[in-house]
Formats: sequence, C-alpha cells, structure tokens
Amino acid sequence: MIDGMKGMTVIVKTISSWVKLLIFLFGIYIVLFGHLTPGGGFAGGIILASSYVLLMFAYGREFVEANLPLGLASKLDSVGAFLFALVAILGFAFGGAFFANFLYQNYLPGESLRLISAGTIPLSNIAIGLKVGASLFLIILTLSICCHYEAGSEEPNDDEE
Amino acid sequence: MLILYVLMLFMIIAAVIAVETRNLLSAVICVGSIGFVGSLMFLFLCAPDIAITQIVVEVLGLIILIRATISRDLTFISGDKEFFGVVVSIVLIAVIFLAGMKVLDTLPAFGTAIFTQVPDAASQVYLSEGLQRTGAANIVTSVILDFRAYDTLGEATVLFTSILGASAILRKKSRRRLG
Amino acid sequence: MLYALCFLLFMIGLYCAITKKNMVKIVIGIMVMEYAVNLFLIMLGYRTNGIAPIIGKGDLNPETGQVLSSFINGSVDPLPQALVLTSIVISLGSLALMISLCIRIYGKYRTFDITKIRRLRG
Repeated sequence: MIDGMKGMTVIVKTISSWVKLLIFLFGIYIVLFGHLTPGGGFAGGIILASSYVLLMFAYGREFVEANLPLGLASKLDSVGAFLFALVAILGFAFGGAFFANFLYQNYLPGESLRLISAGTIPLSNIAIGLKVGASLFLIILTLSICCHYEAGSEEPNDDEE
Repeated sequence: MLILYVLMLFMIIAAVIAVETRNLLSAVICVGSIGFVGSLMFLFLCAPDIAITQIVVEVLGLIILIRATISRDLTFISGDKEFFGVVVSIVLIAVIFLAGMKVLDTLPAFGTAIFTQVPDAASQVYLSEGLQRTGAANIVTSVILDFRAYDTLGEATVLFTSILGASAILRKKSRRRLG
Repeated sequence: MLYALCFLLFMIGLYCAITKKNMVKIVIGIMVMEYAVNLFLIMLGYRTNGIAPIIGKGDLNPETGQVLSSFINGSVDPLPQALVLTSIVISLGSLALMISLCIRIYGKYRTFDITKIRRLRG
C-alpha cells in the first residue's frame, strides 16, 4: 500500500481499495447484461471509468498513471472504436448490409432471454463500453494534469522543461 | 402523477438558484442536484436505462465542473450592461417564449404517448417485432445497436472528436514552441 | 401542464446562457437546457400506467414465444429513450470540451468574465 505524500488519508485509501473492485465488477455486469436488463455499453463504460476516477482521487494521479498509462488508455479508446466498426463491416460482409445482425440471423439464432443471445448486440455493447470508458477516463486524466501544472506557475506555457 | 409535479418544481427551484447565486461552487452543486432529481424523474417515467446513465454521467460531470471552479478566485461580475445586448436578449427570449406557447397548444395531453396516435409508427414495430428480429429483450438496446446503429456510430465519432479537442486545447506545450 | 413546466426550465437555462457574463454560468445554462430537452423527449413517449420497454419472462406467451399484446399496448415509447441515451453521453463530452476551454482562457486571462476578455485582446 502506498502511503505518504500523494492522495488522501489512510481511511479513504483503504476503503477505496475495497470498493474499486466492486465498482469494476458492477460495470462489467452492466456491460455484459445490457441486452437483457437496463444498462448497456454507455452506462457500463462510464461506471468502469468512474472506478479509475475514484482511485485517482484516493491515491493521486501518479498511482493511476502507473496502472493505466495515458498511451494505453488512448489505445483502448481506439480499439473500442475499431471493434465497433469491425462488427458493422462484418455485418456488411456476411449479412448483406452495414450493421446487419448476421450472427442472429444466420448462424446463432439462440434462445431469447439468455446471456448468449441476440447475435452481435453483446459484442457491440462490449466495444461501446470499452470506448466510452477509456475516453471518459482520458478526459478526467487530462483535466487533472492541466489543473496540476496550472496551479503552480503563473505563466503556464513557460517554465516547463 | 403528483410525484412528477413535485420533482419538476424542485428542478425549477434548483435551476433558479443555480442561475442567480453569486458563488460559483454553489451554482455547480445546484446543477448536480438538478441532474440527480432528473434521474429520479426518468425512473418514474419508466426509463430505467436513462436513469442509470444519467446518474453516472452526473457524477462525472459534477467532478469535471468542480475541477473547473474550485480554487479559482471567484470573479464577481460588475454590472455595466450594454443597452443593445439587453434589448436583443429580451427580444430573443420573448420570441422563443411565444413560439413555444404556440407549440404547447398543439401537443396531446400528458399520458397519451404520441406514437399511439400515428398509424404505422416505427415504435410499434420495435415493440412488437424487436424480440423476434434482434433477439434482445431490452428494446432500447435493440434500437440503439441494431435498428438505429448508425446513430451510435455517429455518437462514437462525436465523443472521439470532443476528446481530441479537449486534449488538444489542454496540451502542455504548443507545437509552435517545439519547432 | 408538465410540458409547460419543462418549457419553463428550458427558458431558465436560455436566460442564463444569454444574459450572464460569467463563462461557468453560461456552461451551467447550457446544461440546464440539455436536461429540459431530454426530459421533454422522454415525456412525449410516456403512457399513463406504462411499463418499461424491457421484455421479461412474464411478457412472453408460454407456448409460442410471442410477445403478449398486453406488453405492446402498455409499454412506453422506446425510440426517444434510445436517442436520449446517446444524447446524454454526448452532453458529457461537450461539457468536457467547454470546461477545458474555460480552464484555458482562465489560465491566459486570469478571469471568467467574457467582457474583460474581449477588452484585453488588443
């Protein structure tokens, strides 16, 4: 456990280290069951991002950046967008139309009201969740970096390196 | 129905306080209360998807807004208003108000959904054939990811662009100084 | 009547966005307008004593697997809900863009007042 200079008190750090896993699991649940229960990629992605935001407030920015660097987050963002487009293009290739639900129509009709059903919709949910979560985490991280360097210096564009 | 009126009045009171208070931090907190009450209202209007999304978006939005306002010295705006600007804004608000009042007369009464008045509305097809054609039990998900997935693609593009813009604005060094 | 209250909320946001001179107040006005519009779109699809548009086991015919007509005739409109769902996430992205602009302008001019910014740009 990191203690000392950055972040909040020991109480906040301990509680958030327990709670972060629950929030992350809840986000994954919301994403995966998006086609059966309320939720889906948008809400689940934001919940995944908020678990990292909680860590950032409790432990400080450096700890989170060591866990999930800025470059990796932006790569995850791009991977989410690419997966979503890939699902659409596969629908074009196999189903005959852009965004056709080819898995449900041709290969895997499945039983309704099960976890594995609805064809490409769970795949799209996962892609959207990855994209939304990574991009919102990037926004919060960027704003935090900006506030950090602006608080110290009078002229923000100078004096850096 | 009474609960909807109570929540709506609460939202309006919170909005008035958020607009009129001098302290920026209080205004931001009032906006947060509007969002949370709005999420409660979505729940009473039978929209659980939107209630979940609104409540988590509100948390992150409140964090972003407080980041912007905290530890800034609160600038009090002196009131030397220009005559032309005041007249233009009053005229604009009056025009939009009158047009909105005209539109409000044409709406059906609250509680009769508009898609039931229209024959062959798209929503009827979504409700009756959504499970057979997509296999998703949540009709809202089947609409955003199957029937109207182009919408979601556009949304992803807009989100990507806004993040690109934010990180370009907040970049530490400008490119000009590097080169 | 609820539509009128919703319109009143929109007008409050519009008034704030037009007449205030503080940049954060303008952002707050735009956010209030967004809430009002989202709420109005959801209200248009509401049905008295409606049910949420999510099919459970009780809404299916046990033999044929077809959706019962009680669900089709009782559910609220799913289309505005889907559109508002994307609109809410986009509003968070645009909020971040506006706030980053505000922070940048504050870092350059040390003020949130839009009239002073116009004056200083000489």
